[in-house]
Amino acid sequence: MKAALTAASALAVLSLSAAATAQPPPPHAEDAVHGHQLFMADGCYQCHGTVGQGGSAAPRIAPDPLPAEAIAAYIRKPAGQMPPYSPKVLNDADIADIHAYLATIRKPDVDVGKRLGGGRN
Amino acid sequence: MQDDSNPSARKPSEIGRRTLFTAVAAGGAVSLANALSASAQTGPAQAASREMLKPRTAPTGAPSAAAMQAETAPPPASEVFEARSGSDYMVDVIKALDLGYVATLPGSSFRGLHESLIDYGGNAKPELLTCLHEEISVAFAHGYAKIAGKPMGVFLHSVVGLQHASMAIYNAWCDRVPIVMFVGNTLDSAKRREGIEWYHTALDNGAIVRDFVKWDAQPTSLEDFNEALLRAYGLAVTQPAAPVLISVDTELQEAPIPVGKRPVPRLTLPTQPVGDPAALAKAAAMLAKAEHPVIVVDRMVRTPEGMAHLVELAETLQCPVIDKRGRLNMPSSHYLNQSENARGLIKSADVILGLELTDPWGVVNTLLDRIERVERHTAAPGVKLITLSTHDLLIHSNFQDFERYQPSDLAITGDAEATAPYLIEAVKQALPKGQQAAMQARSDKFRAAHADTRRRAYEEAAYGWDASPVTTARLCAEIWPLIKDSDWAFVGANSSFQSFWPQKLWDFDKPYQYAGGSGGAGLGYGAPAAVGAALAHREHGRLVVNIQGDGELMCAPGSLWTAVHHKIPLLTVMHNNRAYHQEMMHIQRMADRHERGVASAHIGTAIDSPFIDYSKLADSMGMWAAGPITDPNELGAALKKAIDVVKRGEPALVDVVCQPR
Ligand code: HEC
Repeated sequence: MKAALTAASALAVLSLSAAATAQPPPPHAEDAVHGHQLFMADGCYQCHGTVGQGGSAAPRIAPDPLPAEAIAAYIRKPAGQMPPYSPKVLNDADIADIHAYLATIRKPDVDVGKRLGGGRN
Repeated sequence: MQDDSNPSARKPSEIGRRTLFTAVAAGGAVSLANALSASAQTGPAQAASREMLKPRTAPTGAPSAAAMQAETAPPPASEVFEARSGSDYMVDVIKALDLGYVATLPGSSFRGLHESLIDYGGNAKPELLTCLHEEISVAFAHGYAKIAGKPMGVFLHSVVGLQHASMAIYNAWCDRVPIVMFVGNTLDSAKRREGIEWYHTALDNGAIVRDFVKWDAQPTSLEDFNEALLRAYGLAVTQPAAPVLISVDTELQEAPIPVGKRPVPRLTLPTQPVGDPAALAKAAAMLAKAEHPVIVVDRMVRTPEGMAHLVELAETLQCPVIDKRGRLNMPSSHYLNQSENARGLIKSADVILGLELTDPWGVVNTLLDRIERVERHTAAPGVKLITLSTHDLLIHSNFQDFERYQPSDLAITGDAEATAPYLIEAVKQALPKGQQAAMQARSDKFRAAHADTRRRAYEEAAYGWDASPVTTARLCAEIWPLIKDSDWAFVGANSSFQSFWPQKLWDFDKPYQYAGGSGGAGLGYGAPAAVGAALAHREHGRLVVNIQGDGELMCAPGSLWTAVHHKIPLLTVMHNNRAYHQEMMHIQRMADRHERGVASAHIGTAIDSPFIDYSKLADSMGMWAAGPITDPNELGAALKKAIDVVKRGEPALVDVVCQPR
């Protein structure tokens, strides 16, 4: 485990969330746990949200993430504003683990439109 | 040892009053020490008190000229009471302005004005509001003005208060919002008491903020005060609106009103500048001919009429509107509000009409935040740009808030809100007949796109629904059902920090439901501006909600106290991401760039160890508070309780530990 994972106390509380929307761990559960730690420690959550839900700083990247290779290709050489991650910071195995984590995330079963009483339309 | 039997060994308090009085009046410590040594004789206690009072430089023995004068001159002919002083007359003039309120942190350089306002003026119209920092006073007035549609007054202490206030003044300047500010000053150096009054005096207070006020003056007579203030008010509220500053001499405040007639203040408000009709006809022709016209609007709408005109203009052309949200210009529920689809629309536009844009360059270009900052055009080549704005009427050189220069094909100088009715007429004239089918096709397309945008927003809001920290989408989705059936208003500063979820999920259809951000993006605006806006909403009985960033609240936490003290109902929902999150992303960008990983990005950016307990903070100031809430399923109930408190007329705060954005 990287020192980074424990160092960032600001992230500690966020890490606790352990993807509340994540479903039972898939076959490579450890990869996903490690991937989640990396997702937090390497700051992906800062722009994409702790469960990859996206926001004004970056798009949604889960559920149904891009394949691990596509993620790797993207984050090494992003097309837009995203900062590039070099292999020195995040190797391909790490990225595969991040992908494993993102793959555990499911869409919650909630009908927001209904809860909001229709709103406009 | 003190010998009370010795009649000459009296305590200092027993020294003849007249002696002590003259000594003090003659010039402080030196004379006081002399007076004491003249009365007191021997003994250790006396020696000690003499020691304490000894001047640092040995007295010459001979009394100073000032002491002589004080000792020998008859008591001043002046009275100890005066019926009225200049500051009473100033209050008469201030009352002519309909300011409503004056926000202040007290300062001796305007004590005359302060006392006249509350006693002579009856502390009504305007009423004095207590603030705990001058930055709060000004931001409070900033938030108020955008909702009330008129400026508030602010009293500022000379030099120090004004410098505290300066960042908030800059925000109001960038946001083109009127505020009428008064700063004390003691012009006559012979009238300044020794010590602090010199620190709190400036040759030219206005110089501190002159780069970002529209006008300032330092009147030297009451007539001059009357004229300066009336002029300042008119300038402040004429578009482009901006803060103004009047420096008020303490002597003028405190000296008796000179005999003679005082002018009766008479305020005539100027009209707003309207665009040139010939240019409007040209613009109308370009818009009527366009196949893909787009309206981009930033800081146009101040009134319900303004909003109705923008809607009419858009409907006449069946033209999508991108609201940059400097104000609430276009109802979010209107199908031609296509703000969420801005990128595609700008790309395909053939004519863009920019209304009160703060950054025309940024509408059609972008600069990527990379090692080499790459410039990209976001609009199609050949796009025609029309601007209608007062932006260029008020530009100063030093601060670069005027943004990058963007040539336009037709630049019309005029206030967009005031000009809109004339532009609508011109467009109606210019539209060729027999366009119904084309117009209907546009209408159908944008209705479908609008419905789809809302459907997608509901869909997206579901992701991370149960996550902890709470998502900003969930936060906004929990608030909406609790406010939507009331006459509500959102006073949050910059919704981009909540990923624009309020705008995506709520129905904004009245201009007062949102009033844009700080203008200059200087931290410390949100909380006090929300309280100021809530004050303006109070007389309409509206249910007011602020979503408040944690870092920003701590720049001006005392704002909460003012809300409690003055009974201003407002729900503050903390968007508590426990960091200066925007800055954390910047540090991460630098670390990534240097291939160093981001393990330390929290240093200097996280607000942790300890976390701040915002509900305790609010509670300490007498505000109803709940939280910190980390479980999204507990949020609805807490918000409901808080809203009950707010509906009873009090402020309340709910601290929610949230996702970064
Ligand atoms: C500073 C903000 C930021 C950080 C940190 C960040 N991203 Fe991104 N990311 C973006 C933005 C913005 C985009 C959208 C495209 C662009 O502008 O580059 C994006 C796009 C992506 C995409 C492509 C999405 C798509 O569907 O095309 C992936 C995958 C991605 N990011 C993964 C990651 C991972 C994994 C991390 C952490 C290792 C990360 N990002 C960290 C801002 C960020």
